[in-house]
Amino acid sequence: MNNPLYKRNIISIPDFSRDELQLVIDTAERIKAAPGRQLLKDKIVASCFFEPSTRTRLSFETAIQALGGRVIGFSDDGNTSAKKGETLADAMKIIGNYVDAVVMRHPQEGSARLASEFSSVPIVNGGDGANQHPTQTLLDLLSIHETQGTLDGLRVALVGDLKYGRTVHSLAQALTHFNCQFDFVSPDALAMPEYILEELDDAGMQYQHAATLEEVIPHADIIYMTRVQRERFEESEYQHIRGNFILKADMLKTAKPNLRVLHPLPRVDEIDVDVDSTPYAYYFEQAKNGLYARQALLALVLNQSV
Amino acid sequence: MPSNKLMVEAIEKGTVIDHIHAGAGIKILRWLQLLNDHDRITVGLNLPSKHHGYKDLIKVENRILTDQEASELAIFAPEATVNRIEDYKVKDKFAVSLPKRVTGVFLCPNSNCITRTEKVATLFKLENNKKGLRMKCHYCEKHFNREVMSKVAF
Repeated sequence: MNNPLYKRNIISIPDFSRDELQLVIDTAERIKAAPGRQLLKDKIVASCFFEPSTRTRLSFETAIQALGGRVIGFSDDGNTSAKKGETLADAMKIIGNYVDAVVMRHPQEGSARLASEFSSVPIVNGGDGANQHPTQTLLDLLSIHETQGTLDGLRVALVGDLKYGRTVHSLAQALTHFNCQFDFVSPDALAMPEYILEELDDAGMQYQHAATLEEVIPHADIIYMTRVQRERFEESEYQHIRGNFILKADMLKTAKPNLRVLHPLPRVDEIDVDVDSTPYAYYFEQAKNGLYARQALLALVLNQSV
Repeated sequence: MPSNKLMVEAIEKGTVIDHIHAGAGIKILRWLQLLNDHDRITVGLNLPSKHHGYKDLIKVENRILTDQEASELAIFAPEATVNRIEDYKVKDKFAVSLPKRVTGVFLCPNSNCITRTEKVATLFKLENNKKGLRMKCHYCEKHFNREVMSKVAF
């Protein structure tokens, strides 16, 4: 099987073609259906977290071990030579000599791309500042595909903080390959950035802006919730708008049966706990899919065929 | 002399940058650091132009723009033409063309971009869509208008 991701750096969602996204999803679904293949046997992967991120790190490290690989690394930069002033470029040249691949998270945007230019082994971006977190998007796509049976032609509502939320930007970029239609539900101050809208325009995508969740629930296949942070608003303004962006179970009466609600987690109060017991809630399964999406990605990067 | 003629001496050797849209001339002088040497420079601002109504023009003696400088000029004055002068004659005349990418020239305006702390050459990809020219940082992937760009310190 031809595997275009073999030995590739995984930095940013716009680097992926439609076929490559589909390949990761298909591989993840096969691994989820039949776990236990030792696809990373005899491989060592460095897990380099220059800033702490417990869940992303644990998910990656579990994925590596579940495929029979071994992990070395660090969980924050407190004990590394970065603290002594070593450049990231030098650090990545050295670490690349020890391992078969590097998973990294770093607080600065562009760090993963830069690391990939100095490392002799593939870099997998586990989040570079506010820029990209491609494995989050891959697990989102896996969850959408798993619940809808396709990625093509879906109606996807993106809700909450669309300005600063990197997960919604990457998801919108990825779905431009699949002719989806978007509803954007956000306060004006947290609307989708212009450059993303331009990319959607260039790709010929259809999208609408909506002021409240209620408007989009009846025709949505996927509702992707994110949190509107209280601290971005005056308290009185926040109290006025918050109800428009909080999902409660009784609002889902008009939903289509195939609707599923996703959220990158952690949630605070933007999805009421009474939604958890409805058939529409899928965010915990989505979080679990992180394990399979990351296994699939690492297996593809480190094996000529999977 | 008719009043619509420009009273500027011809130059023996150097560069004439013509058809700069009115208002951009001063910025180009600064951007290309044309004032840093002691060569004679003649600047015309708000000159009558057949195509644009008004235009700016810069004549620089003894200086030939490099291809890189011509590319930078294209970003700030896409309609400009460059005339290379030798022996009082136009040796070479061309319209500037927008480069697809620019390496090592611009500082990334994003203060949290990795290029602000690591010693690597910045790289911007230029995208021209219906909203105008945008410059995308190869590293942090953010998009910027040319108005916010500044040069890296050498």
